Amino acid sequence: MLDGAPAAPVVAMRAINKAFGPVQVLFDVDLEFEAGEVHALVGENGAGKSTLMKILSGYVEPTSGEIRVDNKATAVPDSAVGEALGIVLIHQEFNLAEQLTVEENIFLGRELFKGWFLDKKAMRARSAQVLAHLKADIDPRTRIRDLPVSDKQLVEIAKAVSRDARVLIMDEPTAALTSSETEVLFELIEELKGRGVTIVYISHKLEEVERVADRVTVLRDGRRITTRPMAEVSQDDMARLMVGREIIDMYPPKQPPVPDAEIVLEAGNIHVPGLVEGASFRLRRGEILGFAGLVGSGRTGLMEAVVGLSHRSAGEIRVRGEARDIRNLSDATAAGIAYLTKDRKDKGLLLNMTLRPNLTLLALDRFTSLLIDEAREEEALKRAVREFDIRAGRLNATAGTLSGGNQQKLLLAKVMQVEPDIVIVDEPTRGIDVGTKHQIYVFISELAKQGKSCVLVSSDMPEIIGLSHRVIVMRSGRVMGELSGEAIEEHEIVRYATGLKGDDAK
Amino acid sequence: MNDPELAVTANSRARSRLLDLDLKLYGPLLALVALFILGAIINPAFLSPANLANILTRSAFIGIIAVGATFVITSGGLDLSVGSMAAFIAGVMIIVMNALVGTLGAGWATIFVGIAVSVALGVSAGLINGLVTTRGKIEAFIVTLGTMGIYRSLVTYLADGGTLSLNFSVRSVYRPVYYDSVLGIPIPVLVFAVVAVIGYVILNRTRFGRHCFAIGSNENVARYSAIHVDNLKTLAYVVQGLCVSIATIIYVPRLGSASSSTGVLWELEAIAAVIIGGTVLKGGYGRIGGTVIGAIILTMIGNILNLTDAISNYLNGTVQGVIIIVAVLLQRGSWRRNR
Repeated sequence: MLDGAPAAPVVAMRAINKAFGPVQVLFDVDLEFEAGEVHALVGENGAGKSTLMKILSGYVEPTSGEIRVDNKATAVPDSAVGEALGIVLIHQEFNLAEQLTVEENIFLGRELFKGWFLDKKAMRARSAQVLAHLKADIDPRTRIRDLPVSDKQLVEIAKAVSRDARVLIMDEPTAALTSSETEVLFELIEELKGRGVTIVYISHKLEEVERVADRVTVLRDGRRITTRPMAEVSQDDMARLMVGREIIDMYPPKQPPVPDAEIVLEAGNIHVPGLVEGASFRLRRGEILGFAGLVGSGRTGLMEAVVGLSHRSAGEIRVRGEARDIRNLSDATAAGIAYLTKDRKDKGLLLNMTLRPNLTLLALDRFTSLLIDEAREEEALKRAVREFDIRAGRLNATAGTLSGGNQQKLLLAKVMQVEPDIVIVDEPTRGIDVGTKHQIYVFISELAKQGKSCVLVSSDMPEIIGLSHRVIVMRSGRVMGELSGEAIEEHEIVRYATGLKGDDAK
Repeated sequence: MNDPELAVTANSRARSRLLDLDLKLYGPLLALVALFILGAIINPAFLSPANLANILTRSAFIGIIAVGATFVITSGGLDLSVGSMAAFIAGVMIIVMNALVGTLGAGWATIFVGIAVSVALGVSAGLINGLVTTRGKIEAFIVTLGTMGIYRSLVTYLADGGTLSLNFSVRSVYRPVYYDSVLGIPIPVLVFAVVAVIGYVILNRTRFGRHCFAIGSNENVARYSAIHVDNLKTLAYVVQGLCVSIATIIYVPRLGSASSSTGVLWELEAIAAVIIGGTVLKGGYGRIGGTVIGAIILTMIGNILNLTDAISNYLNGTVQGVIIIVAVLLQRGSWRRNR
């Protein structure tokens, strides 16, 4: 990059091919990374980004192709070799030992010794130093399992930084971060870049990519479509290149319910210890009600209390005007309410099981008289695959082998098996690609048009603004404000969400 | 979906596919066939109908208990108490029946009361294991380790350190339940078959069975799918308790006695049978058909060692241990190229 002359790439991948069994996922991919650049890698789910980076960092072996480090052909047979070469991958699902402390994790596998024994003091000091450097306010003696997700992310980065990474691969690093934490991450990236570290940045959030990247590579269906300087491509260009077609309207046109539409769900003064402090809301027939707020503002806690998944210490729930004592999820299901969790991998799907039992698990009584009617289950699966456009190689594949977007569609199909009137979706498009996002938006909007009602909890601001008829903003377990119609606007939402406006600000 | 090992065994289609077979699915069946051939080579007496019937009869106790254990393990639990539970139930059954001889006479009335007591005890014991595990939020390993000690010591106490023997005349009435045959099939084998078939249907074709898989795979997902996780897990322990009581009902007429050494290590044999059969120890995947084969394999090993001088009978445990480990190694199959 210096003087405009092409710098020698730190790492280059040449003609990488990868097949899992009969399915080829990467086709002759060439890619080069230069020292001190932030190189974004974008593409739809299943485009091959993660696989490509797992190959580079030694977690997956390519079927053919070559990796060149400092212009020398180098084999990266496993992740230990990758790390020794300075290529470190930070997984989307973290790779931390939950029961060990932060410092033990940072030094995992390369502990410092003093004679025969671990030099805990030195490791603690070094860890504290690295964490301070990252402006992370984390005690190195904390156990990982006691940390919030965003801190785990920072520990992962600290771990990589302390290993003198030359190429740091971040897979969806901001998926679990709040906007202020994201800012910290960006500052950190700038600094690492200044030290000559190459950052490979995988993300679906195109505005982040535009902000942070120097160059961007677009992958589609296992092929490299293009690599360009960031300055030359817009977010729209990226989206178009990823999908391979124009996305005309990301959000379907809104059709708000009539003002006096029936109130189908009413939650009054809900309290959940530690999460929600007296939140209330009303949902009308045919309405899409958005819930905005920062991570940890109590939105999920409120919704899980409404559907009986978490215990409410106070509060009342009325469904179509009738008080319902919802104590568990089956009560909610019986009342016609369905809930789509934001945690599809740990709470949504049985990853080791096939699509069919996953699809019918919530609504199993609808498929059972004395015995489960497997033929009807199979029919339902075929219908769901068609309706929700679930793309699985084989119908008897396990849910864990589907890409994120297809898992999400399967989860949505599962929830819809109970034919609910009220659908509460929590972060329905987290970590999924543009094309699938669009499909889910159309689906939600159709639901409302059919006279069903939807609560949309999301941290994705454009999605809240683009879909909701009305938006409630929460902060610290309370409802801070409400916006509707034309008044739904990012700036206002942020002012409520951050406490600049609303009850607390008085 | 049919479980292949329960489908008509080794038909020609399965045979033609033996080379590209899925070890995970067919492994237990193959091991059984291999043992069978080995037995036949070692000693022709192995193939005699009497010997084969003997193997199946012997495997019935562990097999019936293991069917219950399949439910518990599939739903992510573990029950170490089944051996001592069986001993305790047998002891109480004998005491109750002996006490009733005076009033109800030494006939079937007495025996039926004994059977009812057995079922009630088995179900209650399962309920206790289940409730303490789920309501108390304690690991099943710890809870059932505790109840295992409790039942073992209770039976020792009831027998006053010795042996409880069933009244002789009651025993002679009850005896055929173990020793007689119906249509040439020993009654314990029939009971085993019925329990296995019912267990298979429940595990694979009912909501309860599907929920066991779900809970064992991921309790969170189960909870978020409107499954009453605690109740379901408790029910799995109750099924286990019921199976133990059924096994005890056919065990008591065999020896007509119970002591502190009754049912020792049955829990490990039952778990071994379940694991050999391909059920995953940490839950989420279970196969009744495999469990049945696992139970038969364990008994067959002992039987073959009895029929040969090549390996000492005392090495029974060694051979069983090796088989268990090899079975799991083959099933996990991480050594195969195509993972």
